[in-house]
Amino acid sequence: MSEQKDNYPLVIIGAGSAALTASIYASRYKVEHLIVGSAPGGQVFEAHRVCNFPTEQDISGAKLATKMQEHAESLRGKILVDEVIDIKKENNEFKITTKSKKIYFAKTILLATGTEHRQLNLPDEDKFTGRGVSYCATCDALFYRDKTVAVVGGSDSANTASLYLAEIANKVYQIYRKDKLRGETVWINQIEENEKIKVIYGTEVVGLEGKDQLEKIKLSKNYKNKNEISVSGLFIEIGAVPQAVLINQLSLGIDEAGYIKVNADQTTSQKGVWAAGDITNGSNNFRQIITACSEGAIAAENIFQFLQKDKS
Amino acid sequence: MAKTIELTDKNFEEEVLKSKVPVLVDFWAPWCQPCLMMAPALEALAEEMEGKLKIGKIDTEVPGHQELAAQYQIQSIPNMKLFKEGKMVKEFIGLRDKDAFKAELEEEL
Repeated sequence: MSEQKDNYPLVIIGAGSAALTASIYASRYKVEHLIVGSAPGGQVFEAHRVCNFPTEQDISGAKLATKMQEHAESLRGKILVDEVIDIKKENNEFKITTKSKKIYFAKTILLATGTEHRQLNLPDEDKFTGRGVSYCATCDALFYRDKTVAVVGGSDSANTASLYLAEIANKVYQIYRKDKLRGETVWINQIEENEKIKVIYGTEVVGLEGKDQLEKIKLSKNYKNKNEISVSGLFIEIGAVPQAVLINQLSLGIDEAGYIKVNADQTTSQKGVWAAGDITNGSNNFRQIITACSEGAIAAENIFQFLQKDKS
Repeated sequence: MAKTIELTDKNFEEEVLKSKVPVLVDFWAPWCQPCLMMAPALEALAEEMEGKLKIGKIDTEVPGHQELAAQYQIQSIPNMKLFKEGKMVKEFIGLRDKDAFKAELEEEL
């Protein structure tokens, strides 16, 4: 195994909107840095359409993510496609180990690894993943042409998944445990007007059935006198949870939901560690592309100030 | 230097079903981020496993390829299927680590 050693004033962990914006700002402050992330572009990449990012009236998530990446790379941003699996504080710096056994040393760290899809935690959920159960409507919708599918959830990501699926599938049931959809009114209105989408409120998906492929979902309440619906696909869009491993290794302070507690300057409970984007409790817990970008920018500026002081 | 092969509905039979060497077929699409993340690992494996295994990629976004995707019950990508002597013997769904995947494949060869 090759063991590459390198020192950086700043290593940005994660490669989504927060990380890429931090890189753009760090470059302009001439802070040498490395971005390490397994998924350049991050979660934005999976968004079917983004219509609320200033200057972009209607853009695919993949396109927006690619543009951000290109912007960062056109400056000093170097992206290493790899996953950080271990961080240790040694003296006054951090030792970072990646999955491909590369080792980097950093004076400061920006943690921007975002969140991962939350599962329903039903028996057989793993068995049916890829066989009817999906966590990415943008990735998999096209395989459900003219079929019947269900979406679980009631937030923007569930709502946009339903709308996208309705363009392809024959029928979309959106199952939500509360009695009113959340998120942007624009999407909710489109769902209400869409004849292919039927929202089933106050109901949860409690079971998955099928032989080799998903065939039916069981509901917590009867719908049309039955507690099950036949579907070919189930798209689970019930939000996300912060990726905990690195948070625990650094013993960072977290809130009840597991998000990193950050101050107004994006500092954390550990000196030398900043956090930005979906992984934090910042921006009033409003996890959007624009707020992730904002947190990334604030963190980069504050890291620059810190490194300046450190020099003098 | 071996590279992955671009599969289409036209060459699928020749390159996969009639191949003398086992073939790993990667059903992917350009909008699928995990598929794009899997790509460098597949390129590396094509080289490392040259002679023992061929790796082909089929873009499921191409309208002519959707029939193949339906025939092989693709419902989620990345979806990689291993073919031996024209028969599908194993499927691998979702993103995988390169070295772990190599070990899994070697077990099947």
